[in-house]
Amino acid sequence: MAINWFKYSSPTTFYGLAGKMIPWFAVSAAILFAIGLYIGFVVAPVDAQQGEFYRIIFIHVPASMMSMFLYMVMAAYAALGLVFNTRLSGMMASALAPTGALFTLISLWTGALWGKPMWGTWWMWDARMTSELILLFLYLGFIALHASIDDSRRADRAAALLAIVGSVNVPIIYFSVKWWNTLHQGATIKFTGTSMQIAMQQAMFTMLLACWLYSIAVVLARVRSIILSRERNTVWINELPEVKQ
Amino acid sequence: MLEVSNLACSRGDHRLFYGLSFSLKPGQIMQLQGENGSGKTTLLRALCGFMMPDEGEVLWRSENIRHLGEDYCSEILYLGHLNAIKDELSAVENLCISAGLSGFVLKENDAIAALRHMGLRGREALPAKVLSQGQRRRVALARLMVSDAKLWILDEPLTALDVGAVALIQGLIAEHLENQGMVIFTTHQPFRVAGMEMHSLSLS
Amino acid sequence: MKVMGYKKSSLLQLLVLVIRRDLVLAMRRRADVLTTLVFFVIVVSLFPLGVGPELGMLRKMAPGVLWVAALLASMLSLGRLFSADYQDGTLEQMMLAPQSLSMLVLGKMIAHWMVSGLPLVLMAPVLGLQFDMSAQPLGVLIIGLLLGTPILSMIGAIGAALTLGLRGGGVLLSLLVLPLCIPVLIFGTGAVEAISSGLSVASHLSLLGALLVLSLVFTPLVTAQALRISME
Repeated sequence: MAINWFKYSSPTTFYGLAGKMIPWFAVSAAILFAIGLYIGFVVAPVDAQQGEFYRIIFIHVPASMMSMFLYMVMAAYAALGLVFNTRLSGMMASALAPTGALFTLISLWTGALWGKPMWGTWWMWDARMTSELILLFLYLGFIALHASIDDSRRADRAAALLAIVGSVNVPIIYFSVKWWNTLHQGATIKFTGTSMQIAMQQAMFTMLLACWLYSIAVVLARVRSIILSRERNTVWINELPEVKQ
Repeated sequence: MLEVSNLACSRGDHRLFYGLSFSLKPGQIMQLQGENGSGKTTLLRALCGFMMPDEGEVLWRSENIRHLGEDYCSEILYLGHLNAIKDELSAVENLCISAGLSGFVLKENDAIAALRHMGLRGREALPAKVLSQGQRRRVALARLMVSDAKLWILDEPLTALDVGAVALIQGLIAEHLENQGMVIFTTHQPFRVAGMEMHSLSLS
Repeated sequence: MKVMGYKKSSLLQLLVLVIRRDLVLAMRRRADVLTTLVFFVIVVSLFPLGVGPELGMLRKMAPGVLWVAALLASMLSLGRLFSADYQDGTLEQMMLAPQSLSMLVLGKMIAHWMVSGLPLVLMAPVLGLQFDMSAQPLGVLIIGLLLGTPILSMIGAIGAALTLGLRGGGVLLSLLVLPLCIPVLIFGTGAVEAISSGLSVASHLSLLGALLVLSLVFTPLVTAQALRISME
């Protein structure tokens, strides 16, 4: 059975499909966020060493994981776009960037909030936090490059190349930062203690899933608006009921 | 040899032309016509392979130029709006480097001979910044004399040229066509090559 | 009339041609080269004024200061790497060269390093003395810079190609390129610190060497692709 995958890569088909999927993802993300926060902040027990402060990991850890994962997804879409020259891939990549940057920022912010009571300082030059900071720079570079090119095709392709170069560099940067960190005997944040309660695991997992669903919903919505603005001169857009009104 | 089928190009959101098809055989010359902004330069750039067309393809010896890549590059000569001349280099240096970039080792004496033919006697060793617009264009056009490309793609080759230089170009083109070369060009000036049928294509 | 009697040039001849061309152009526009060097010297000399003249601290800071200043100085000259050729149409001709565009790009990278990276390396010992560095760490610093500055030129070329012809290109270029250069900075300064604390520098320098080889292989290809995208 041959499925024509490229059919779904046409903005026309995708626009309608995405529109139908967004509510489902958005609602389930909201429900899971509520459950995850409830378990994390009410059900999960107080940590013996860190007291109540540790609860910030239920936001920090999923945000950090999403920030790195989304960069890889973005680079993968970018590569697809360059190889197959599909318009949708570039749109997906540029729609993913702001969400990825947001998660990076949340991760940095919550890391700082956690650091203050633990170490008495807002910022520690720890390997993971430093890598996260550099990741934020990479996201900002992608967004800035995309924003400063007027022609959308060139913007997509140039930013795609940057994302690929960045993704090749990420492991090297991560390794070098770790190396630098051990050289200076810096502190390393250890969030996951030896005994992680079942409730903690549940909270973490629920929050991660919620972040996933949220990302999908937001990215789909953003792609839809990118499609609308890029294809505004085409016939099919002008025949959409929401545009006709 | 050169075949264009169903070509469509756009600049940003603006569709310049679509469904464009034509072919060019050895010994033929074609003039592109159209108002400013009708897409002449864009079409020439698409023929060079700089631009990826929205639709359609450009074939050279029945193969898509995208797949031919560098083999195609060695058979064409492109002269754009810009002269590709460095102010800091002399006319001879400029010509030698242009030839070098297109894959040839050009001896200085040959470069001087070509420049003299283009009416630049006595200007060969001057830095290009002291040359006039017309003289710079002549330096750029001297590349026509030192290339063995089959297809010449010339964008407004006659700008800034005086009557004498236009006659020189006519001579070079006539010789190129006799040797089974091909030329595709744009100009807003009246231009004929004696004894040659001029094909024309207008974009609107 | 045709001027004949030319022969096909080899890939190596092309490489030499491009390097020679860019060096001649740089020599005829000497002011540009000197500006980069002077910028480097000024930035490095400002640090003691900012943090105070205590020699112990300066000695410790020296490798970081020199490396960061070299990084900034090389950003400064990257904007010109392709833009002059882009503006006068030479870049179009380069893209039509029947040999590989990556080779031409490699030539331009090498020339760029010789004009803007090498002078920094040669200047570094003098500046190191300002910071009271002793001979051995200074030697390691120079070797590190020698291995690292070509990488800066090569990674920078990707950024220069991507930002070709954009408004605010210079600042944007730094934003794109600086994060990618962090590993070079870490290994380069790490080597000096290692020798200062009596450890072996082999691992740092060989990692820098590995980065150099990787960049040599991949950056010309990527830059050529970036140029094709930017020229559309």
